[in-house]
Formats: sequence, C-alpha cells, structure tokens
Amino acid sequence: MTEKIDLEGVQKTLKTGIEYIGLHRVEGPLVFIRKTHPVGYRELLQCVDPKGNIRLGMVLDTTADMVVAQIFESTTGLTLPDTRVRFMGESLTLPVSEKMLGRSFNGLGRPIDGGPVPLGMEERDINGKPVNPTARQYPRDYIQTGISAIDGMNTLIRGQKLPIFSGNGLPHNDLAAQIARQAKVRGTATDFAVVFAAMGVKHDVARYFIRSFEDSGVLEKVALFLSLADDPSIERLLTPRTALTLAEYLAFEKDMHVLVIMTDMTNYCEALREISTLRGEIPSRKGYPGYLYSDLAELYERSGMLAGFGGSITQVPVLTMPNDDISHPIPDLTGYITEGQIVFEREMHGRNIYPPVAGLPSLSRLMKDGIGEGMTREDHPHLSAQLFAAYSYVKDVRNLASVIGEEELTPLDHQYLEFGEFFEGQFVSQAKNEDRTMEETLDLGWKALKKLPAEELHRVTEEELMEYYEG
Amino acid sequence: MSSRIIGQIKRVNGPVIEASGITDAGMMELVHVGELGIVGEVIKLEAGGAIIQVYEDPTGLKPGENVYGTALPLSVELGPGLLGSIYDGIQRPLEEIRNLSGTSIQRGITLPALNREKTWHFVPSPEIPEEVSGGLCLGTVQETKHLLHRVLVPPTLHGRLQYLAEEGEYTVDTVIARLETEGRTAELTMMHAWPIRVSRPVRERLPFNAPLLTGQRVIDTLFPLARGGTVAIPGGFGTGKTMTQHAVAKWCDADIIIYIGCGERGNEMTDVLTSFPDLVDPRTGRSLMERTVLIANTSNMPVSAREASIYTGATMAEYFRDMGYHVALMADSTSRWAEALRELSGRMEEMPAEEGFPAYLPTRIAEFYERAGRMETLGGWEGSLSIIGAVSPPGGDFSEPVTQHTKRFIRCFWGLDRQLANARHYPAISWIESYSEYVEDILPWWEERETGNFVTNRREIMELLHREVRLSQVVKLVGPDALPDSQRFILEVCTLFKNAFLQQNAFDDIDRYSTIEKQARMLDIILSYYRLGSAAIKKGITMVELKRIPALRDIVKMKFTVSNENLDRLDSLAIKLERQLTALEGHHD
Ligand SMILES: Nc1ncnc2c1ncn2[C@@H]1O[C@H](COP(=O)(O)OP(=O)(O)O)[C@@H](O)[C@H]1O
Ligand SMILES: [Mg+2]
Repeated sequence: MTEKIDLEGVQKTLKTGIEYIGLHRVEGPLVFIRKTHPVGYRELLQCVDPKGNIRLGMVLDTTADMVVAQIFESTTGLTLPDTRVRFMGESLTLPVSEKMLGRSFNGLGRPIDGGPVPLGMEERDINGKPVNPTARQYPRDYIQTGISAIDGMNTLIRGQKLPIFSGNGLPHNDLAAQIARQAKVRGTATDFAVVFAAMGVKHDVARYFIRSFEDSGVLEKVALFLSLADDPSIERLLTPRTALTLAEYLAFEKDMHVLVIMTDMTNYCEALREISTLRGEIPSRKGYPGYLYSDLAELYERSGMLAGFGGSITQVPVLTMPNDDISHPIPDLTGYITEGQIVFEREMHGRNIYPPVAGLPSLSRLMKDGIGEGMTREDHPHLSAQLFAAYSYVKDVRNLASVIGEEELTPLDHQYLEFGEFFEGQFVSQAKNEDRTMEETLDLGWKALKKLPAEELHRVTEEELMEYYEG
Repeated sequence: MSSRIIGQIKRVNGPVIEASGITDAGMMELVHVGELGIVGEVIKLEAGGAIIQVYEDPTGLKPGENVYGTALPLSVELGPGLLGSIYDGIQRPLEEIRNLSGTSIQRGITLPALNREKTWHFVPSPEIPEEVSGGLCLGTVQETKHLLHRVLVPPTLHGRLQYLAEEGEYTVDTVIARLETEGRTAELTMMHAWPIRVSRPVRERLPFNAPLLTGQRVIDTLFPLARGGTVAIPGGFGTGKTMTQHAVAKWCDADIIIYIGCGERGNEMTDVLTSFPDLVDPRTGRSLMERTVLIANTSNMPVSAREASIYTGATMAEYFRDMGYHVALMADSTSRWAEALRELSGRMEEMPAEEGFPAYLPTRIAEFYERAGRMETLGGWEGSLSIIGAVSPPGGDFSEPVTQHTKRFIRCFWGLDRQLANARHYPAISWIESYSEYVEDILPWWEERETGNFVTNRREIMELLHREVRLSQVVKLVGPDALPDSQRFILEVCTLFKNAFLQQNAFDDIDRYSTIEKQARMLDIILSYYRLGSAAIKKGITMVELKRIPALRDIVKMKFTVSNENLDRLDSLAIKLERQLTALEGHHD
C-alpha cells in the first residue's frame, strides 16, 4: 500500500505541472475544459488568464473528455484560446493558525488588510468532514448575552447554532454586534475568539462590525472573512467554509470558545441558486436546488462541542427573510437545521422596540438543558414558560380588542394588556449598549408577571410565587 | 475489499457515478469505488455501463479508477449485539469508527456491524424437528437482562438439521448448526445477512387488537396508535416532531425501539445517546438503551446513506419482530429521505413529477409503511412492527407531496400545529386536524380493561372540543359576553382540558409519562367538573362562582403532583371537587 501512495504522490506532482491551454466554453462562473488527464471530483484548479492573473476554481463534473469547474472569482477577462489551466490534485485547503486573529481575509482566505500571509500551522480542507455523532458532546453551558429577550426567553448555549431571522432594514447587525461584544460565560475565564464571515454585505456594514469590535477592544481576537457586495457572488460559496475551517482549528486544536457570525446567509443561498440554474439542475422550491438543505446543513452542523475537547463553536448566522416571509425556503430550511431561531418582527421595530424579537416564533431548542438551578436560577424554566403563556394570551386579547373594542374587554383582559405593554416596553426593549445580568433579566420578568393576578400563573410553583411574586 | 474488478469510473458529478466497461455487475450489487474503496450500490445497468450511488463523499474520485464488485446486495448483519448500538445509514458501527478514525468520519472504512470477538451464551432449543425451515428457533441467547434473543433459521432456508451446537459460549460467526438442503450443506451461525430493500417474510398479517401505549395523553386518549400500526407526525420546524418521537421512543410499551435519525441534527442523536442509558424503562426497570438500536445518518452525512438508512432500520425491526417481539420504529424525518430520493433522481436526470420528486415517490413511501403490521411470524409467534414517521413539510404546508402521499398510506395522523407550538402548548398535536383510524380496532381492548367510562368519556371530550371551535369563532366576532353561561362554561372546560390534560411537559419527572389508568382518571375528573358544573349553571349558579372553586387549582396541577404510583390521590381530589360543587348549590338554595 505504501508504495502505491508514493507513486500517486509522484504522479500528482508531475500532473500538477501539466498546464492545459485553452478553454472549451465559459458560462458565467463555469468553465469547460476538454481532454485532460483524469481529474478528481471537487479537485482544486488554477485558471491563469492571458495577463497572468490566477483564479481558483473547483471541479463539479469530471469525465474522461470534459471537466466542468466553477471559478470562485470573476471569469471576466478569461479568453477561450489563451487561458491556461492547472489542476492541483487536491481539494481547496486553508492554512490555519492563531495568527489569523486580528486579521482580514477575502472569501478564499487571502489577506486583504495589506499584511503578510500568516504562516499556516496546518493546511485544512475547507469542506471539513462530518462529525461522528458519538464524538459530540451535548452543549449545556449558557452564554449571558446581556439581552433579556435572549437570556430570559431564548437562552443561548455554548456550542449552539442560533440564527437571527431578520428583514431588510431591521437592526440585525446591531444585535449580532451586541451579542459579540457582550457574550460571556460567567465564572470562567476562558480563551475566546470571534470569526466573522460576511457574504455579499455592503462595505459600511463590514466597517460597522469592525468599528464595534474596535470600540470594545477585542479586534485582535477577531478574524474577518469578507466577501462583500461588489465581490464576485460565487466567492460567497467559499466564505463560510473558510471561516468555519479556522473556527474548527481554534476550537478543537487551541481549545478556544469561538463565536461565528455569518451574515447574510440569504446572499449565500442566492449564489448557490445561481450556479445550480447555470448547470441546468432540476430546481425544487422557488428555483433553489433540491440539495439546499444538505448544503446548509454542511455549514450549520460545523458547530457544537466535541467530547474530550476544551473549545466550542457557537454559530449566529444572520439572514434576511425575502419579503419578511418565514416560510421562504431560506429561513425555512435554516430553521429545520439550526437549534432554534431569533425572529424579528417589523411591527415591533415600527414601535421602536429594540431588539424587535418576536415573542412567539422565537425559540432556543437547547435552552431547556442549560437553565435552572445551578445554571441560571431555579425559577428560570417556569418563569420563561409563564411569560410565554401570558404573552401568547396577550396576542389573543389584542385581536379580540381590535374586533369588539378595548372598552368591552374584561378587567382581567385589561390586566393582560398592561402586562403586554410592560413586557414589550421594559423587558424586551433595551438600549443597544445595555448589558443586563441574568438576575436583572429574571427579576424584570417577575416584575412583568406582577401585572397579573396570582391565580393566572399556572406554570409557576407556589414556592416560586412566594419567593419572587409576593416578595 | 474484494479484488474483482467490474468496470471503471466514467463520470463523477456528485454521489451518483457513471461506470463503463461493466462486465458482470448485478443490479443492486454492493461495490467499492476507486482506490479508497468508497462503498456504493449499483442502481442501474445499461449496455456496458452502470450507474452507482455511493454512500460516502465522492471528493477526489477520478475517471478511469476501478470499480470492485462484491457479488452481494447491500445487506445488514442480524444477530446478537445489535441492541444498544449506534450505526450509520448503511450499518457501520459509529462507536468503532470513532475508535478508529477519531471525531470525524473517515472514508473507505469497512467494519463488521456485529462484534466478532464477543461471545454469547447460546442455549439450544430442547426439541427440534429433523426437518427445519425459516423462522424456526434453533436456540436462544440472553442478549440483555430482559431480552431473550431467539436464534432463528434464516427465512429462506429449509432442510434437514445435521448438527446443532450444544450449550456454550460462541461468537456470532461460529457455526452453531448445519443443514442439509438440496444436496448441499448450509452452515448457520448466530447471525445472518439480509438485503435491506427486501422485506422479511411472515406467515400472515393479523388484525389490530391493542394500542401501542405511549404514556402521552393526547395520543393514548384521543389519537391512539395500534400495535403494528402506522402514523405520521407532520409539522413545521420547531413544532415538536423530534420531541414527540423521543417521548414515544422513551415511554411506549414496545419491546424494541429502532430509532432512525435520518438527515436531522447531530446533537439530537447525541442527546439520545447521553440520555437513554440513564433512563429506566418503567415496565422492566432496565436502562432504555438496552432495548434500543440507533441509526444516525445526520444532515451533514452523505445523502445516499440517508436514503438507505430507512431500509436498514426497517430490516433490523423486522428481524426482532420475527422473534415474536413488539417493535416500534421511529424515522425522523421521512421528508429528508424523500429529499435524498429526489436528489439522487435528479442526478440521474430522471423526469421529475411534483416539486422535483421522482414519479415513484408514492410507491416508495407505500413500500416503507407496508413493512409495518401485526404479524404471525414464520416461527408461529405474534410480533408487530409499528412505524412512526416524522414529516417535515416545507413552510409547514401540509399540501406538499410528501405529506399528501404519506397520508394515503398511514392510518393515524398526529398533525402538529404552529399556533399551538408558538403558544408553547406542547405536545402541539392538533386535536382538530389529527385522527386515528385505529380507535374502532382497539375499542374491545379498552372495554376489557377496567377503565371506567373511558370510552364514553373520550367521545364526550372530543365532542366538546369540536363545539369549542364553533363557539370561539362566535367569541372572536362578538366577544364572550354574547354567549350564555352554559356555553361559556364549555369554553372554560376546554381550556381546563387543554391546560390540565393535553399539555404534557416532556421535561417534568412526573408529567413526562402517564399510565393509561392515570389518563382515564384525569379525564374523568375533568368531565365530572363539566357535568356537575353544567347542572349547577341550570340551577342558577354563575360561571364566576364555578371558576372560583378551590379544587380547580388542584386539577390544573394534578398532572405534576400525582404520580402514576399514587393514583388514589385522584380519588380524594374527585371527592373534594364534588363536595365543593354541591356546597355551591347549597349556598344558592
Ligand atoms: N412535549 C414537549 N414538552 C416540552 N417542550 C417541548 C415539547 N415538544 C416540543 N417542545 C419544545 O419545542 C422545541 C422544538 O421541538 P422539536 O421536537 O425539536 O421540533 P421539530 O423536530 O418539529 O423541529 C424543543 O426544543 C422544546 O423546547
Ligand atoms: Mg426535529
């Protein structure tokens, strides 16, 4: 066996030396090359245009007489006769090291901050490998974000993937940046890092995040992977993969707790649709390819904790729902993969509630195992269940009031309306730099419940009522 | 890896590979592709060529690499040692793979599914006829404290028994019996292989006669599943499909659980792996893991193995059924399996039918659910296989193809409701949209038990729930004051029933599981509040007075406060309620 591997190695070096001159066809980001040596599926290639500029690509379809590849950078300037192609004999890798913190890269992982290429400690395949489910460790430690709508109602757990479902013009960037600034696990002094992946967002958005990291003095703990709105859309397909490759290295080689922010996943999905359409694949819903679910899962599942490793990857992907429609394939498939979702409501934003976190559709699936006695506080599980139940009834009362008029409501229903006002105005609402402790959040929750009579509070115990409601 | 070269790779564009120069490959033959030996299956044969679906990531495969045949169809190993294991979609043991390749799954690993070193204590059956045939029990192995593993003659074999091992310790691949069959000798071990796409034969199908009790009140009381029945749980993301599947896997009264994580989250499998060993089966007092086999082909694992995982699970389930056990199989989610079919079909450039799904989707769904049933096995026992399939409709819209076709082949439907889930009413099983066609089948079972007025109570509460729907529409238009107290009281009782009975907290140590006796008594108390209360209203007592009854607070909390072992406390609650209601009337008179 060993002999054969060596032989292959020699062959590979020889063949990576071969250059093919001339493309058969170029169509958007796809190039077609004829009559090559046998090329591997998903193999990396270099396309050298007549001016000598090198662009990277990946093989999507390989046969003996034709290879189809997607080029990650723009194909503008490639000519059919004079473009040269080199196959690299391996898939795309990223050299990773801790030195990448504090630096900015493009989607392919090349520095764009004028600094030198950081010396990689290790080359890693950017596609990662599926984690063996038996090797995972179930995440349980909560993260205090200082934001009541999250900490109290949708607690974030270290190693969770919890996306923000937003809409155009809503303050998702503010919330993502606030989470990144304020997130802490109490009682532990651990090494943390932030990996930020931007796909198709505007320059000022990227600048906003950078400034926010700078202001809180953590910039040297942040690695930025930027593929902005004016970069070729295809580069967006790589950006989250390179970012997650570094995150995995930091979390599982360097024992760091890594927060990965990926924005905007909608742009990523659009790039995927573009390639799929060009390749003439049979679309499923709204023109997105049938494998969108699996493709997104390949990204989102690269989070969590591993048994026997010190670090973790917590993902906060941000996406804008086209038309504010939560049943659109992008939020829908995301919600099917991630461990809950923070959903924004435009109507709350209109009433100047920040963060405009919708009470009912938002959910943290891992919350149940990370809150309560010995973790947050013993009353937390029942308190949040009670707040949800009461708030859900508020929605019913408001609907009823809009039909029969507020005057017609029963005194109890009026109390519910007051509760709703307090809950949205005081509990959910907070300043963009306000950092509440878990106790402050929970106490505020009880303050809201005091607007309601004790008989209405079915989800809390008598002891909890004694301790937090009467007191 | 076998060394029989059957052809070469011609084209790779994903998990579906074209091969050429095919000499003697068989349809559905298990093959190894390329020098890495990636596992695949021949799914189409054409002149000189074949289409192969590979069960591992095809990255790096090149045209010209060899394809190696095994001359066997894709099969699973069946024998002692399955229980408590976790496998991927093509039955590779994930624990062992982890020992070999660390945290991530390396490609090209082939490991036996059943441990070859471990020995089992085999006890031969005392009386065996000379002529034996498929399904006959050759002997037994006490696989776990509670499960007697019956070693059966494989279904398709028959012949004259020439040798049977005596009682002793054997590994699964030791010959324990020899049959002479049509002039040849067949050597039998405690394990055998069975092709996953072929359902195992039985003697005959039997009618349904008993419920599969799940301990979940909304299920057992309102929409029961029969032993051997089929049910679908459709619901948008976050409505509670997985939690319901987990709850049923934990508390249902099956002997064996086969849990398939098909294209879903990795952490959910880890959750099962970490929680099941510490949970105790209320009926046997043993760890739940001892009756469970897990199949994990999570969303980030190869899509073709996701397609296979459903069949792998069904085959294992049938194997235990053949021993005369009641098996429950959970598949979370069948939609991901259907999507895998769609993706593979798309790669083969087949003509799509609805929403890109292949035209044979309904046939495949039907074939899968048909593997369920209550059966008389070849060995003459009664066994059953119940199938509980989650469905994940895009956008939570039940009109999509997978939900619609599934509905044609199941007889029980637990529809999850987004509104209920958003209001944190769990389990969010809609009492309006759900149904069970098994109610009639299992009525005799209920009537035989001493569950009091259960059957009539059940009918009455269903009626009230439907009346509530109409009444709340009126309230939404004109407000509650427009209704007379007798009708508002129905709304009150339904709210009470939802809070005190239908909602069930999977995380509460007492509430997570209710025996059928507890369910019957709880229902009875709620309905006696309704009956006595309605009578009181006729006598002029107001709704407000009825709502102020102190016992009401105990009723709302009885699910948390009264454990399955302490049901007589419900009797005193019933008496207390009656007394307080009569006292009310007394005041009035
Ligand atoms: N019976 C239940 N008891 C308590 N919480 C539940 C229950 N069912 C669902 N939930 C809550 O809903 C969340 C989502 O449920 P899950 O089963 O994962 O949804 P799905 O599989 O449909 O996406 C869970 O994380 C849990 O918080
Ligand atoms: Mg689920």
